[in-house]
Amino acid sequence: MSSDAINAAAPGGLLEFFLFNAVAGGVVLSALGVCIAKNIVRMAVWLFVGLGSVAMLYFLLAANFLGAIQLIIYAGGTLVLLVFGVMLTSKSPWVRFDTPKLELIAAAVVCLALLVSLCVVLARTVWFGVETIVPGATVAAFGERLLTTYLVPFEVAGVLLMIVMVGAAHLARQEE
Amino acid sequence: MIAPLIEQSGGWVASFSGLLQYLLWPLQFGIVRDLVGLGALMGLFNLIPIYTIWWERKVAGRIQSRLGPMRVGGWHGWSQSLADGIKLLLKEDLIPEDADAVLFRLAPYLAIIPSALAFVALPFGATYVFRELDVALIFTLGVLGIEVIGVILAGWASNNKWSVYGAMREACQMVSYEIPMGMALLVPIVTVGSLSLRRIGDVQSDGWFSWLAFSSPFALVAFVSYFIASLASCKRAPFDLPEAESELVAGFHTEYSGIRWSFFFFAEYAAMFVVSGLAVILFLGAWNSPLPSSWAASVSDSLGGGVFARGVNGLLFAGPIWFVAKCVFFLYVQIWLRWTLPRIRIDQVLYGCVQVLLPLTMVLLLGNTMWVWASTSGDSSWATFARASNWVVGGIGAIFALMFPAIAAYGFYHRRRLVGNLVVDALPGS
Repeated sequence: MSSDAINAAAPGGLLEFFLFNAVAGGVVLSALGVCIAKNIVRMAVWLFVGLGSVAMLYFLLAANFLGAIQLIIYAGGTLVLLVFGVMLTSKSPWVRFDTPKLELIAAAVVCLALLVSLCVVLARTVWFGVETIVPGATVAAFGERLLTTYLVPFEVAGVLLMIVMVGAAHLARQEE
Repeated sequence: MIAPLIEQSGGWVASFSGLLQYLLWPLQFGIVRDLVGLGALMGLFNLIPIYTIWWERKVAGRIQSRLGPMRVGGWHGWSQSLADGIKLLLKEDLIPEDADAVLFRLAPYLAIIPSALAFVALPFGATYVFRELDVALIFTLGVLGIEVIGVILAGWASNNKWSVYGAMREACQMVSYEIPMGMALLVPIVTVGSLSLRRIGDVQSDGWFSWLAFSSPFALVAFVSYFIASLASCKRAPFDLPEAESELVAGFHTEYSGIRWSFFFFAEYAAMFVVSGLAVILFLGAWNSPLPSSWAASVSDSLGGGVFARGVNGLLFAGPIWFVAKCVFFLYVQIWLRWTLPRIRIDQVLYGCVQVLLPLTMVLLLGNTMWVWASTSGDSSWATFARASNWVVGGIGAIFALMFPAIAAYGFYHRRRLVGNLVVDALPGS
């Protein structure tokens, strides 16, 4: 199907507005679900819904690369490891999760601070008059920037992940 | 009134004549075309599992000197899967009392929806793709990767220790085999320099020796590594430990019955088709035939260049029929491997991934990158060497490709010696 047809199918009007709100609402609801759920596997499922909805938001905003990476790293990789870890470590199949009062208060303080700072940013940003950019193929540009302009941060991130892996392997082997 | 609307469609509706033009004119609207495309994809998504399951039972039967399903529907039991589907729809739907009912109901959908999504960006031909993404490959791998969550949740929510064992095996097998699978897929990507499946397919239009599996010796080995890793990611034998009938009863789907149970199989067989499709697109010429497409123009000219000539070109050079035929061949390979190889142990599965496939694919990726780097240097003696290696690797591939029909013909010719008269006389068509 040609790119004209894709543009015709997603005119960026009412349909996009409706979808954006529905998906964004899904993100908020699933985030609440992660907090409210008592069972740890249910939490993981809510987290999966949240990560998937964020990927959908990326696709909706034509950030295909970010969306696909979100799916492959968070939804497909991290979450599977999380569920796997929970299943390996939990003794009983119904792991209950009750938060102590003190932790609840600490979390509330952190969340309130985050909310305030986000509101400040929201209020300061100029929302209208922002240029609407419909990016085309971004992957090649991403790759080129990562290996030229941002080579040092990219390599530092790679070395950091390597250190984390070596450390994890070391910790895992110490039990013997 | 219709004429200007037809003009807007980019002219392709206008290329049809008479009544057809008026029948096609709603197709100019993007949303109508999307609905038609979605309908076609969903139909395909249903047809592939139904007929692969029937075929699997037929192949299993023949390999074990049986007939497989023969009665339902007449010719070789062709409607056996439809009858099974109706049976599964009407079967009692059981949810164990101690199961987590919500997750138990949710899990089959988490398995089937990602495998349906994988068809969205999978091109069947240069223009036969529902949504052409510049990151089509990562998207398809990503949605195939989240299929595993459905399986893990199914095993956990059943609250049955065999199911949890199956789910845990699936999780560790999937997470580990995704890495060599992705590394092997990086080999052709480095050669082409694009993640768009359409672009990767287009560079292989120059006949058998332009197929990416033969672009370097590393690519051919990468193709084999990818195929092995894809068997593990679809939990096909010899990696079918998550369901291991003989030890875990049925693994993650022990407690499932009826239509929910069949959803897992729809997901599995559709994923088999998608991983075969990725192998075909990335290594084996996508929708191109072994003939170079540069011959297409002369064939088209000699036939007058009409619709008939286009059809002939689609059959001879490049078209969805080639893609589907290659995918069906690899589905067949997956099926016959399942009925030939014994299941391996879980420690052997992980040994094979971490100590064999992973280092191998790393070496392949490094080697292929050096190869591409040397090829871009423009050195003339290297170009001669690369050309010679292309002919040798392509020749090895051609020998393997010709071996399949040769062995099949040998087996067909000696079929009486292979299975004995009693069975052969009862086999229809022999």
